[in-house]
Amino acid sequence: MKFNNDEIKKIAHLARININELEASQVSEKLEGILGLIEQMTKVNTDGIEPMAHALDINQPLRQDKVTEADIRKKSLDLSEETDQSLFIVPRVIE
Amino acid sequence: MEKLSLRELSEGLKARKFSSVELTQFFLDRLEKYNLSINAFISIDKDKSLAMASRSDSIIKEGKQDYLTGVPIAQKDIFCAEGWKTTCGSKMLDNFISPYDATVIRKFNEISAVNLGKTNMDEFAMGSSNETSYYGNVKNPWNIKNVPGGSSGGSAAAVAAMLAPAATATDTGGSIRQPASLCGLTGLKPTYGLVSRYGMIAFASSLDQAGPMCHSAEDCAAMLNVMSGHDSKDSTSIEREKENYLNGIKDPIKGLKIGIPKEFFSEGLDPDVEKIIEQGINEYKKLGAEIVDISLPNNHLSIPVYYVIAPAEASSNLSRYDGVRYGYRTKEYDDLMDMYCKTREEGFGDEVKRRIMIGTYVLSAGYYDAYYLKAQKIRRLISEDFSKAFKKCDVILGPSAPSVAFPIGDKKEDPLKMYMQDVYTISTNLAGLPGLSMPAGLINNLPVGMQLIGNYFSEAKLLNVANMFQMNTDWHRLSPKGFE
Repeated sequence: MKFNNDEIKKIAHLARININELEASQVSEKLEGILGLIEQMTKVNTDGIEPMAHALDINQPLRQDKVTEADIRKKSLDLSEETDQSLFIVPRVIE
Repeated sequence: MEKLSLRELSEGLKARKFSSVELTQFFLDRLEKYNLSINAFISIDKDKSLAMASRSDSIIKEGKQDYLTGVPIAQKDIFCAEGWKTTCGSKMLDNFISPYDATVIRKFNEISAVNLGKTNMDEFAMGSSNETSYYGNVKNPWNIKNVPGGSSGGSAAAVAAMLAPAATATDTGGSIRQPASLCGLTGLKPTYGLVSRYGMIAFASSLDQAGPMCHSAEDCAAMLNVMSGHDSKDSTSIEREKENYLNGIKDPIKGLKIGIPKEFFSEGLDPDVEKIIEQGINEYKKLGAEIVDISLPNNHLSIPVYYVIAPAEASSNLSRYDGVRYGYRTKEYDDLMDMYCKTREEGFGDEVKRRIMIGTYVLSAGYYDAYYLKAQKIRRLISEDFSKAFKKCDVILGPSAPSVAFPIGDKKEDPLKMYMQDVYTISTNLAGLPGLSMPAGLINNLPVGMQLIGNYFSEAKLLNVANMFQMNTDWHRLSPKGFE
């Protein structure tokens, strides 16, 4: 697998990470190496094997939807760079 | 005092030989003296720790103490602790003061153990050498030119240098066992689901598991007694009766069947490490164990499978760091997209970005079946290898890591070489099994770790088997020079 800089930039954009030309070419070499490692999987016959998503076969447990935490709204909002009353503020999205 | 076991510290506190405040102050003084040279801690808050110690002393006076009440414990900086800076080794969380406690932290608070500080780690637990931390390298106390392993390198270095009696750690592909191996400690990664992941910052959710990093198996048992147990706040936490891991820790192991996987002794293993593991096997023979040859034929696929599954889960988990609600936000931006992309460019380090991009790629349209689904199928084959092996033996024994601690900078520029550090540990994470590393010898004054892998929920057996080795050997009692 070979990547050109445009492909690397596309992946970076999907991951919402800015990347410049120089970084793109450095990253492509490393990613190609890692994907080369991953390619070892292609030789394995996995016909009829069930995918294993999880370490243990467990059911999704349910619990009552009730308040268990003390009110930490102020503490949580204080962690943000920009808030207004009880809202997180981001740059305008809709004109 | 720095060499006392958790049992001795517990007994000393109970008998009022020393108070928790004195004990905590003793370790805080050691931190002040030695932390600069090994960089094992990210956050230290003397006032907070001493206030906790003072509260522990009142509980001890009332005679209401638990085993670890008043004992200072170092906490890996991956666990959210209310009022403590919790960074996960990343610039992204450099300004994050946790508004709540992780379940693991809550459990230590409930028995009034003392939080001694937050330990350094690879950024978001992605690394095997502690070189990806935003807060700088951790150095191996056995030789400060070498790495301590990772990602729990800070916890390992802190305990090895006796700056803390014990520490918490986490293991996604070997992050407890490999640093334990490189720093001469006993570390246990429990069965997936035994310890709650609530409030433990997520890397790869189907693999992440917390466990103890200590000097001995007995200390690990005492720590696991606190850490384990069902938690309704973690939907993957297992509901089962709580065990006392100190019970049965001295049971004889005559007749125990130990499986030796031939794949763990092949190409890539340092021949000197191999010799030490063989000596360990001989020690077990003397204790009456029976040695059985087994095979884990798909073990070589565990690294490729891991480097699909872990980055895929990480790319999803780390999408939460967008600069909106908490954590780092870039200073100048044009619009929302620009804010996201610059925040993540500036907030994440290179290895984290690489893994997010790999994860994004393998999950992207057109590649899902070839990578992610394929990896999940091979994950089952790897897991089935273990089920077959455990029909022939009670525990599996092998090396924890292919070599001793390597020099800082040695593998940093070559991710593929670095990833090989976890060649003997990753398969147990993929299968969800428990694994333990303990010191078994030295090469040029650097520790070698021996790994034991057990069947699901066999932590008590693993700790028993490790403890019997430690009752008959002294490797776990050795400590690095220069920290007395």
